[in-house]
Amino acid sequence: MKLDSKIPEGPIGEKWSKHKFNIKLVNPANKRKYDIIVVGTGLAGASAAASFGELGYNVKAFCFQDSPRRAHSIAAQGGINAAKNYQNDGDSVFRLFYDTVKGGDYRSREANVHRLAEVSVDIIDQCVAQGVPFAREYGGLLSNRSFGGAQVSRTFYARGQTGQQLLLGAYSALSRQIDNGKVKMYTRSEMLDLVMVDGKARGIVTRDLITGKIESHSAHAVVLASGGYGNVFYLSTNAMGSNATAAWRAHKKGAYFANPCFTQIHPTCIPVSGDHQSKLTLMSESLRNDGRVWVPKEQSDAEKIRKGELKATDLPEEKRDYYLERRYPAFGNLVPRDVASRNAKNVCDEGRGVAKTGLAVYLDFADAIKRDGKDTIASKYGNLFDMYQQITGENPYEMPMKIYPAVHYTMGGLWVDYNLMTTVDGLYALGECNFSDHGANRLGASALMQGLADGYFVIPYTIGDYLAKMPYDKVSTDHEAFKKAEADVTEKINTLLSIKGTRTVDDFHKALGHIMWEYCGMSRNEEGLKKAKVEIQKLRKEFWEDVNVIGGNDELNISLEKANRVADFLELGELMVDDALYRSESCGGHFREESQTDEGEAKRKDDEFSFVSAWEYNGPETPETLNKEDLVFENVKLTQRSYK
Amino acid sequence: MKITLKVWRQKNGKEKGALATYQLDDISPDMSFLEMFDVLNEQLSRKGEEPIAFDHDCREGICGACSMYVNGKPHGPKQTTTCQLHMRSFKDGDTIVVEPWRAQAFPVVKDLVVDRSAFDRIISSGGYVSVNTGGVPDANEIPIPKKIADEAFDAATCIGCGACVAACKNASAMLFVSAKVSQLAMLPQGKVESKTRAERMVAQMDEEGFGACTNTGACSIECPKGISLENIARLNREYFGAKAKSDNL
Repeated sequence: MKLDSKIPEGPIGEKWSKHKFNIKLVNPANKRKYDIIVVGTGLAGASAAASFGELGYNVKAFCFQDSPRRAHSIAAQGGINAAKNYQNDGDSVFRLFYDTVKGGDYRSREANVHRLAEVSVDIIDQCVAQGVPFAREYGGLLSNRSFGGAQVSRTFYARGQTGQQLLLGAYSALSRQIDNGKVKMYTRSEMLDLVMVDGKARGIVTRDLITGKIESHSAHAVVLASGGYGNVFYLSTNAMGSNATAAWRAHKKGAYFANPCFTQIHPTCIPVSGDHQSKLTLMSESLRNDGRVWVPKEQSDAEKIRKGELKATDLPEEKRDYYLERRYPAFGNLVPRDVASRNAKNVCDEGRGVAKTGLAVYLDFADAIKRDGKDTIASKYGNLFDMYQQITGENPYEMPMKIYPAVHYTMGGLWVDYNLMTTVDGLYALGECNFSDHGANRLGASALMQGLADGYFVIPYTIGDYLAKMPYDKVSTDHEAFKKAEADVTEKINTLLSIKGTRTVDDFHKALGHIMWEYCGMSRNEEGLKKAKVEIQKLRKEFWEDVNVIGGNDELNISLEKANRVADFLELGELMVDDALYRSESCGGHFREESQTDEGEAKRKDDEFSFVSAWEYNGPETPETLNKEDLVFENVKLTQRSYK
Repeated sequence: MKITLKVWRQKNGKEKGALATYQLDDISPDMSFLEMFDVLNEQLSRKGEEPIAFDHDCREGICGACSMYVNGKPHGPKQTTTCQLHMRSFKDGDTIVVEPWRAQAFPVVKDLVVDRSAFDRIISSGGYVSVNTGGVPDANEIPIPKKIADEAFDAATCIGCGACVAACKNASAMLFVSAKVSQLAMLPQGKVESKTRAERMVAQMDEEGFGACTNTGACSIECPKGISLENIARLNREYFGAKAKSDNL
C-alpha cells in the first residue's frame, strides 16, 4: 500500500488554515447522528472526547483506570510549550516549529510540526479559560521558563505539576460533557480488539475489568488516545498500567506501526536502587535550568564516593567534571534529552559514576542556592526536592541529587496522515499513541502540547471531513464482525487462563525488559539487536507454554490484565528490534553504535534514512513488511545536529 | 527487614471479607510500600494463590489511585500517598495492618480496591468552567494576581485519592469538594458559575451518601497534598451565599 500523508499544498504557514477551509463540515443538526469511540482519556483522549461532545457528536469514552482523572498525563511535571513570545525574547511559531523539527533530528513531518506550533498558542488560552492555575508574575500575567533544549522562555507551567493541572482541565471539560449527556464514560474498561466492517473501523471489543464481561461497542469512527509503550522495558517512568494493547491490536487489524524503535530516554530520573524496583521516577527536566551536572574527574574519586569514603560535597571544584558544560558550552546543562542521557551513560561506562551501583551522576544545586538563595530554589522546585527526599532519604538542599537516564516516552506509534487517521479508514490515533510530531527525539514540554493540540484543535476538524462523507447508518453489535472479534478475544483469554505454567506474568515482563534495555536501549548495535530478536522469540514461546495466570475471567483479575498486556509487549518488542536493526543510522533517541561521528556524536544518514518506517502486520509469527514515507524538508535545512 | 502483614481479603463486594496474615522476610528499607506488596504478590502467585488486588498506577504520588489504610491511617504513617511511603518508615519485625478505605460511598470492589466513582459524579455535577473549545480570549487578557493564582493552585493540587473521606469519622467529602469549589471560585474564569457550582456539587455529594462535615480536621491532616481547611470555610461561604440568594437547585 502506498502511504498517502495527505499533506496539503502551499506554503508551510498556510497549510493548516487552507486545509481547515477545504475539508468538509458536518451540519450541526447531523452531528448527533454520528457516534465516536475514544479509547484513553489522558490529555489527548479527554480533550478529544470533550471537544466531540461540545460539537454535538455522541461519544463513548473508555479508560482502564477507575477514573479518567488518573491517566498518566497527570504525572508530567515540567511544562507545556507555546510560541506566545510573551517574553519578547525572539520566539515565534516558526521558531517553535524549527526547534521541534531540529530537536526531532529531522525525522518528523514538517507540516504536522508546523501545525503543532501554530495551535500551541491556542492551547494556553484554552487551558486558562478552563481555570488551569498556571504560574503568574506579580503583575498578574503568565510566567514562563526555559526548558531542556530551548534557548527561549516559552514553557508555561504550574509549579512541578503541569501535567496534573492540564489533565484536570481536560477532565473537567470531559466531565461537563458527561453531565450534558454527550459523553458516556466507561471506566475500568480495556479495549481488546478493533472491529472492522467493510474495511472501515466501526467499533471495539472491551473487557470490563471488574466483571470480566466482554462487550462490543459500535460507532462511525474510532479514536485511539491510549498513550505510549515505554513499559515494554518493564522499568520506565510510565505508570504501571500504561500499555500498548489498544494500539497493538489495532496494528494487527491493519494500522501500520511507525518508527517503533524511537524511544526517549529521560536524563533526569532517580537511579535504580535494587531488584525490587517497580518503576522509575522522573525528576522534572526543569531542574537542569539551575542544577549543574557533574561526576568526579578521576575514577579513583568516584570509587571512594561509591564506597562511602568520600562525600560529594567534600570533592573540591577542580576535581569535578561538569561534562555537559565542558562539551557543549552553548547549551551546557540544557542539551536535549538524548545528548544528556548518552553523556551520562558514557561517564558511568568510564567508571566515573556515583551511587552504590555506579550508575548515577550528580545534579548539583549548590551554586544556584548560593546565587539565588534557598527560598528562591524552594519556590521553583520545592515539591520536586521533597519528592526526591521522600524516595531516596537524602536532602537535595544539602547533597547534590543523584540522577540517571530512564525510558520515558515513545516517539513511535501508529502511523497517521495529516488528518491523524491511521492506515485503517475511520481509525484515528492521537497524542503519544501516534508517531507524528516528535521525530526521533522529543524535546521537553512538547508531549503535553501535542496531546492537547491533537485533542482540542486538530481532530475536531479532521474527523468531520471523514464523517461528512459517511452515511449515518449504524452497525449493530450483532454483526458477525463483532461476534468474531468477541470470540477471538474470549479465546485468547481462555488460552491464557488454561496454560497454568510455572512462571508469573511479571517474571516474563521483567525478562523482556532486560532484553530490551540491554540491546535496544540507550545505544544499539547490529550484533546485539540480532541477539535480542532471537531471545524475544524464545521468551514469547516460553510465555505461551509456561505462564501462570491465576484466577478466572469473570472477576477483577490483575494477573489476567497484565498477561494480556505482556503478550502484546512480547510481540511489539520484536518489532522495535526489527526497526532498530533496519535503521543503521543514529538519530535522536536511536543511537546505532555503528553510526557516530569522530567525536562520538550521533551521525544521521539522510540520504538513506530520511523516511518514516511504517510496519505492516502480516499475521502471527510472520515478518512484517516495511513501508516507507519519505520525509521532505522544504523549510528546515538538514544539518548535523550540534549543541557545541 | 522482617514484616508481618495482616491484609483485608475480600473476593468481591457481595462476599464477606477477613484479614489474612502473611510473613515477609527479605524486605529492603528502600522499597516503597507498594513494591513490598509486589514482592508479596509475586510470592503468592508462585504458590498459585491469588495476588492481592490494590489500586495503583503512577507510583509518583500524583495519580491518586493508591488507596489503603495502613495501621489505621489513610496511606499510612506519613502525610503522603501509599506509593511514596517507604519501608524505612517501619521497623524490622513490625506487624502492619492493611485495609481498604472505609466509607459507605466507596463500596469495596475486591480486597483493597474500592469504587470511588462518586467523586467523578460530583465533578460532573459542576466541577468545571463551562467553556467550549477555541474562541476563548488571550490567556493574558485577564490578569490574575499572583497571590490568587497561588491560592487557587494550592486548592487545585487535590489528587482525588479519597483519603479525606477515609479519615473522616462521618465519611464526609467536604475537603475534596471544597478544593475544587475554591479553586474555581477564586479565579475570574470560574467566578461566574461559582454559586450554582457550590449548590450542585454539595447536592451531589449528599446524594452519594457522604456524611456531614463537623470541622474535626482529620481530612486535612491526612491529605497527602495538604489541602487546607480554609477551603471548607470558602465552600461554606459560597454555599450559604448561594442559598441566601436561593436559587435552590
